[in-house]
Amino acid sequence: MKSQQAWRRGKKMSLTRNEVERVSLLARLQLTEDDLETMTTQLNQIVGYVEQLAQLPTDNIQPMAHGVERFNVFANDERRPSLPCDEALTNAPRRDDDCYLVPAVLGD
Amino acid sequence: MMSDKPYKIVIGLETHVQLLTETKLFCRCQNRFGGPPNTQTCPVCIGLPGTLPVMNRKAFQLSLITAIALNCEVPKFTKWDRKSYYYPDLPKGYQISQYDLPMSQNGWLEISDPQGNFDSKRVGIIRAHLEEDAGKSMHDELAGKADSRIDLNRTGTPLLEIVSCPEMYSSLEAKTYLTELKLLLTYLEVSDCNMQEGSLRVDANINLHVDTPQGKVATPIVEVKNMNSFRAVERALDYEAQRQYSEWQEAGKKLGDVPKQTRGWDDGAQVTRAQRSKEESSDYRYFPDPDLVPVIVEPEEVEQVRQSLGELPAVLRKRLQTDYSIKPYDANVTVNQGPKFAEYFIRLAETSGDPQQASNWMQQEVLRTLNEESWAVDEFPVTPDELSQLLQAVQKGEIDRSRAREVFREMTMQGNSFQQAMQSLGIEQVDQSALLQLCEQLLTEFPQIVADVKAGKQQALGRIIGEAKRRNPNVNPGQFRQPCLDLIEQK
Repeated sequence: MKSQQAWRRGKKMSLTRNEVERVSLLARLQLTEDDLETMTTQLNQIVGYVEQLAQLPTDNIQPMAHGVERFNVFANDERRPSLPCDEALTNAPRRDDDCYLVPAVLGD
Repeated sequence: MMSDKPYKIVIGLETHVQLLTETKLFCRCQNRFGGPPNTQTCPVCIGLPGTLPVMNRKAFQLSLITAIALNCEVPKFTKWDRKSYYYPDLPKGYQISQYDLPMSQNGWLEISDPQGNFDSKRVGIIRAHLEEDAGKSMHDELAGKADSRIDLNRTGTPLLEIVSCPEMYSSLEAKTYLTELKLLLTYLEVSDCNMQEGSLRVDANINLHVDTPQGKVATPIVEVKNMNSFRAVERALDYEAQRQYSEWQEAGKKLGDVPKQTRGWDDGAQVTRAQRSKEESSDYRYFPDPDLVPVIVEPEEVEQVRQSLGELPAVLRKRLQTDYSIKPYDANVTVNQGPKFAEYFIRLAETSGDPQQASNWMQQEVLRTLNEESWAVDEFPVTPDELSQLLQAVQKGEIDRSRAREVFREMTMQGNSFQQAMQSLGIEQVDQSALLQLCEQLLTEFPQIVADVKAGKQQALGRIIGEAKRRNPNVNPGQFRQPCLDLIEQK
């Protein structure tokens, strides 16, 4: 959020190592100290590249919700065949007769 | 209405409603509860690479209907966003939901309490938005094993999330709001609202406004989950209010001092227990879903839906009172039993020409039978037109109420028509001469009663009527009384 606000104000933006660490946690990525260093540098390069866009004047332009000017694409509420259970479970790292198996999920 | 407690309870409710579509929100797998695990999935809903979601037209339509019935504004422009979090029942790693531009907002639902425990009020609706459901994870605690099992049948089924304003000030108001919301959804036929099957799920946000010498202080907001019935909601909120007050007295934490807490209701122990602390909304890293295009709803379409809503509970309650002159209480009971019950009543009131009697029969005999037999209204074997014949017979004094109940039982239990039931119970009109003959005979047998009645003790007549009914069950006390009195008069 902080970054987005900085972006809107047209300020130069950079990611801190702490932010990258936090995002990696949210993404369930386990990064070593070295990884974190590399990622922070690389992500900052990417952000910096994209940031060139901030040079364009966009003051009176409505933000777009989508890259394509198309609306109201719907499908009819009509059933089509689903995958058989065995096929659906093909890529499961582990499974039993009819379910995916994952490490214990406790609570809600 | 306000309690004597030194605090005010403030409650907001988030209700998730499963929409009654044939297929899921973004793919055409069947949307149905209770299928064998992982038999209602496809590459789209299990999140395989290269697949694209396409919005279910019916799901959007049902959302629109509900939003409009909840008096919401429907903005012209709406879009869907990705809400990212990791959980094994969410195969894509994000849920398609709505963030800053929901399909509806700023509505209200009116609630009232027939017992007058609170004044009628409009509870504000902040927003109602359309999103996809997650799958189901099952953990067998008895087996004590390290694995959870995941069933993705529910993944991607359409949910309407309805968020109320924090404007309910007691557990009763919260329960009433939910009851009224469920009734509305039932009339709209947008959901089956089956709480056991998870078609209607409720989370509550609750905190207290405590009176202190320094003024009002708000305690930290707690989100309560895992309430599986309206009764559980009521109890969980009562428990939570007391718990928060004790905690306030001990720790004195104010709103903002601690992160928002999530607690789960344990129905067995009747307590709430702390769960993980709630992530801030920015942790979900919402952004517009590039796989879906926005939806534009023209005001004309909103108007069209509004016109087609049909008669909703609040309006129907008023109409039953004005059109059929039944009491507010009766109108309330009738409407709250659901649209089919109300429809049955209207037909019965029309055909019998006696709405009050129709209302009495519906609430007593019909409702009791439905409950005893666990029948839905459309399983009730007697049509309103058949029942109307019985009511008319009672009205004309052709049969008395206790016999009428026997006829009713015969009709419901044997599936007989009114005529058949009358016949099989041997009920026929006792003609006037037979009636007089019986009367004459009884008066001869019981001279004392004649004397008593003549002496002004009218209640003595009761014995003769009882005796007459014993000898001929078809005798209607109402029709027997007057001729009997006339005969005594002549003696």
